[in-house]
Amino acid sequence: MSIETQNSSARGDGLTWARTSGLAAVRGLGLALVALPGAVLCLVLSLVSIALIPIGVGIVTTPWVLTGVRAFADWRRVVAAEWGGVRIPSAYRPLPANANPWGRTFGMLGDPATWRDLRWLPVDMTAGFLTALLPAVLLLYPVEGLALAAGLWRAFPDGYWYAFVPVTGQASAFGAGALALVFLLLFRLLPAPVLRAHFRLTRALLTPSQAELAERVRVLTETRQDAVDTSAAELRRIERDLHDGAQARLVAMGMDLGTIELLLDKDPQKAKELIAQARKSSVDALAELRDLVRGIHPPVLAERGLGDAVRALALRLPLPAEVTVELSGRADAPVESAAYFAVSEVLTNAVKHADAERLWIDLHHEDGTLRISVTDDGKGGAVIGAGSGLAGVERRLGTFDGVLAVSSPAGGPTMVTMEIPCALS
Amino acid sequence: MRVVLAEDLFLLRDGLVRLLEAHDFEIAAAVESGPELTRALAELEPDVAVVDVRLPPTHTDEGLQCALAARRARPGLPVLVLSQHVEQLYARELLADGTGGVGYLLKDRVFDAAQFVDAVHRVAAGGTAMDPQVIQQLLTRRAAADQPLGRLTPRELEVLELMAQGRSNAAIAGQLVVTERAIAKHTSNIFAKLDLEVSDDDNRRVLAVLAYLDQGR
Repeated sequence: MSIETQNSSARGDGLTWARTSGLAAVRGLGLALVALPGAVLCLVLSLVSIALIPIGVGIVTTPWVLTGVRAFADWRRVVAAEWGGVRIPSAYRPLPANANPWGRTFGMLGDPATWRDLRWLPVDMTAGFLTALLPAVLLLYPVEGLALAAGLWRAFPDGYWYAFVPVTGQASAFGAGALALVFLLLFRLLPAPVLRAHFRLTRALLTPSQAELAERVRVLTETRQDAVDTSAAELRRIERDLHDGAQARLVAMGMDLGTIELLLDKDPQKAKELIAQARKSSVDALAELRDLVRGIHPPVLAERGLGDAVRALALRLPLPAEVTVELSGRADAPVESAAYFAVSEVLTNAVKHADAERLWIDLHHEDGTLRISVTDDGKGGAVIGAGSGLAGVERRLGTFDGVLAVSSPAGGPTMVTMEIPCALS
Repeated sequence: MRVVLAEDLFLLRDGLVRLLEAHDFEIAAAVESGPELTRALAELEPDVAVVDVRLPPTHTDEGLQCALAARRARPGLPVLVLSQHVEQLYARELLADGTGGVGYLLKDRVFDAAQFVDAVHRVAAGGTAMDPQVIQQLLTRRAAADQPLGRLTPRELEVLELMAQGRSNAAIAGQLVVTERAIAKHTSNIFAKLDLEVSDDDNRRVLAVLAYLDQGR
């Protein structure tokens, strides 16, 4: 019984290494076959496209080509994570959605990540290719040696070199076979580590440098500070509003009720007047609380989500507004709230400053990004200036890695686009 | 008159029950969640339902959705919706089926018991009761943006506002301290200026006004 168990476990081990090494060989072969032409194509197209920038053609082609290179690099990042457990962070700078080809080209060329990709491609098509191919070679070469020993040597009457063994007859063919067994031993041990080495090589070349991570940390620190400042200011405003508004009215009501108690018998007429006054105080307090709540978290947003909240907002505007919503679910509450107040601020701006007749609001979600655009047919000339409402919107969105772009030529129309990376549930 | 009441906060539910009972309504059921409301509306067939927009279990617009669903199942089922805030968006949804018997009021309106009870009666009779705030929002917006409303005199706008709340000519006359004849003249002027057919049905007047205000967006 125990012997059988041992046997089966030994067979299990044998199968495990065969499966591990075999899998590494197959994956490596597949990777090598796709990576080599892919890397060559990417490098050639990139160099040609960048070289063509001076004559203008490159301006149009470069964003496309570099986007392709990024997709290729990102695919390799996924493969490295799934097959080798090697995580490679991807850190491309986001581009504004409505940038022109010129802006896109130089935006991408200004990104250190682009040059990192281009440095990685030549290494990938040489060292990367070889390390990916090696596991498969370690499997196929022993098969060749064993085939020679088994009689294939006869097909080469003039002799044949198997590694460093000249195969001229059965004896030397057996020598080749012995060497093949040594190679087979290597196949048992090497493929998985070699493939991992391939992924580590990829990581070494594709990982963002310390400087970029430091930049990212700086941005995060800044936006976090903004977020903390904003929420602290909000809390102060809410405290003041409650203190001067609803709270004061409740105090007044309490006093009125006390007086009413005294007057009830002495002067019922006067008491009645005070009751009416107390009721009015309670109505006013409620109205103030309602406004305050709307400023903290609008009830429609809680009840219906971003789409209907923006529709309700549009209905309150003094201008006709067309709202298009394509959202398949709800975003996280903080994102919804940030997006809502951003839209609200942009709409307020448009109503106040644009001299517009009409507004268009579009919300949709695709590729993991919530995109909102607000367009008006006003006089244009809006800028994201210091102290302007739009700068505040930009800061607010920054907390969520969101971006704001404004296109507002003099004479109009103005289009404000906001993008927030987020998932819908 | 039998009422189904849906309100999740105990204090308010209790207060409303007492208020309605004091005015000779019979409380068929006072429930605190959406599913209970749906069941009560289907089984008890009340004369009118008084419903809070926000109800458990979702604490979103559960009450409104239940009321709309019940009205789809039984068109014209009188529903008075109460809320801490009023939204034109919700008002439109309530009025959309055009069958009347709809009310939409701020909870504060309960403070004035006489007016509130009047609103419940109006809704139960198939009329409408829109919160003045909804109408106010509509009018400020349209007066600025649309030409036809700009043609109304301030007095006519005042009449239109009260009319949109669901008031009868007699009630409007009472409020503005003029004769009913004068109001009738104002309303026919309003209808003429807004190119609307004259109708003596209270509810149709609001729907016509809202439908008109709905145009051009």
